[in-house]
Amino acid sequence: MTAIMTPTATADSTVLRRLLLIFRSRSGLIGTILVGLLLLFSLASAFGLLPYDPIAQNPAVRLRAPSGGHLFGTDQFGRDVFSRVMSGTASSMLIAVVAVGFATLVGTLSGVTAGFFRGPSDGAISGVANVLFAFPPLLLALSLASVFARNWFTIAIAIAVVYVPIFIRVTRGPVLALREMDYVRAATSIGQRPSAIMFRHVLPNIAPIIIVQVTLSLSWAVLTEASLSFLGLGAPPPTASLGSMVYEARALVTVAPWTMVAPGAIVVLLVVGLNLLGDGLRDVFDPRNRGNQ
Amino acid sequence: MRRTLTSLGTVCGVAVFVFVMLRALPGNQIIAGFGTEAAALTPAQRTALEAYYGLDKPLIVQFFTWIGGVVTGNLGYSASANHSVLELTAHSLPVTLELALISIVIAFLIGVPLGMFSASKPDSIRDATGQVIGLAGLSIPSFLLATALLSWLSSSLGFNPNGAGYATLTENPELNLKQMLLPALVLGFGIAAPIMRTTRTAVLDVRSLDFVRTARAKGVPPRRLQFVHVLGNALLPIITMTGLQFGYLLGGAVVVEQIFSLPGIGRQVLIGIQHKEYAVVQSTVLVIAVLFVIVNLVTDLLYRMIDPRVRAE
Repeated sequence: MTAIMTPTATADSTVLRRLLLIFRSRSGLIGTILVGLLLLFSLASAFGLLPYDPIAQNPAVRLRAPSGGHLFGTDQFGRDVFSRVMSGTASSMLIAVVAVGFATLVGTLSGVTAGFFRGPSDGAISGVANVLFAFPPLLLALSLASVFARNWFTIAIAIAVVYVPIFIRVTRGPVLALREMDYVRAATSIGQRPSAIMFRHVLPNIAPIIIVQVTLSLSWAVLTEASLSFLGLGAPPPTASLGSMVYEARALVTVAPWTMVAPGAIVVLLVVGLNLLGDGLRDVFDPRNRGNQ
Repeated sequence: MRRTLTSLGTVCGVAVFVFVMLRALPGNQIIAGFGTEAAALTPAQRTALEAYYGLDKPLIVQFFTWIGGVVTGNLGYSASANHSVLELTAHSLPVTLELALISIVIAFLIGVPLGMFSASKPDSIRDATGQVIGLAGLSIPSFLLATALLSWLSSSLGFNPNGAGYATLTENPELNLKQMLLPALVLGFGIAAPIMRTTRTAVLDVRSLDFVRTARAKGVPPRRLQFVHVLGNALLPIITMTGLQFGYLLGGAVVVEQIFSLPGIGRQVLIGIQHKEYAVVQSTVLVIAVLFVIVNLVTDLLYRMIDPRVRAE
């Protein structure tokens, strides 16, 4: 994201100043805190700072209720639910970030190209976007995930393909309007190269739209990843994944409800956090919306 | 007219995409179908099988053979189910359509009043309540809600109408509706959220327009103003959103269909994936995508019919 915003110093600083306003909106503040906490969680897990090994089985402590030793209890194999939830959060976030990052890059570049150059490139890009839009999102991710060898990266790519057309659509429209603006015409008339105009004058102006879309897409990507792993199309076991943890817990829910509550609550908190952050960012960037909120 | 042509183009693109996605990738259905036993095939057996399934022909020929079959109603055959994909779809599609329809009605009945309730007093407790319910609908994954609801109801109340086999609407209407109730509630709750948000924004937008002020000034009763003048005009984006969500349900219900053992079309894809029957997956995904395009086209045309402003353009 910073790469997109850096080209012009002035546009960059206004975007940043606007971003700070997020702390004034209640939903933005709560969202930032939630996402920040879960991000810390994930980073801790990525650096191996977990109380237990998330895949180590320990039959001696099967199905223990939450306690000081096991914060969220243990599952049917004696694995520590807290450690599994932490590592599941990390892999969810990694997949969501890679998927949305890929979709943002490909979708934004395609959308801006389509809107800026119009003509045949627009026809081709919009055509591809229409085709991808013709699939219910989860079904597309599901079909794509089923044909690849399954690991976290292919799942991220399967999810990314679903979100590419969204970024094409949200960037193409504004760019179509921007290219008719006087300052863009002026830049063309003094002989600036189209690529320079695209990166210096057009992209910084649509940065707010992209930032909001990235945040909201992250929340959908987390949901999609969790749904895929629930259906058994996520990262293969014994890797901890929030969706597959809920799936495995369905038979245990009466004897060990914590095995479902913990991963379920974390998915919900993560998605709520990202949604609130997205709403907050939209309030900050869209003055039209601010009046209503 | 132009919109219809674009949709037709999209359908062609969808066919190519589905084909490329599931057929042109490395590895082929023979190997996939045999699983680990594929290694035991001699090269001669493999060539014979490839010739039998037409996999030795160029991809473009394979594509047109497939499309030719699809157009004439031959969607392929599922060895595991021992039925043609057309027969399978004829059974599974009504299940999904019924589920989608009930879910949409539930979502509409929750989402529209909640959106109006929220919009009736922006930035109030009322609004916050509506927004929190909406946020919950957006954020609670359907698999979580469905699993939690099912395990809780079946263990504490012994209520599990989906445990026995699926009953169609004509066979046993009462059992069928009982089986549809929980899944439709789960889906309806999730879809109510975007409908609620759209309603809230649309009602707020329309309410700030001049004609509403004029109507209020000339003494239109508040209730009539609210329902006829405001909601009537706010209905357009709500209908678009509802149509879009209905389309999503055609494939998006897969998780809920799986949890509640409803033999819908999403589950047909999932079973195809599990059995590695790519012909089934390919044709079923194509059917769903084409339906999705049709639903979106109908929503769009409906929109044009209702809104004179769009028609004029």
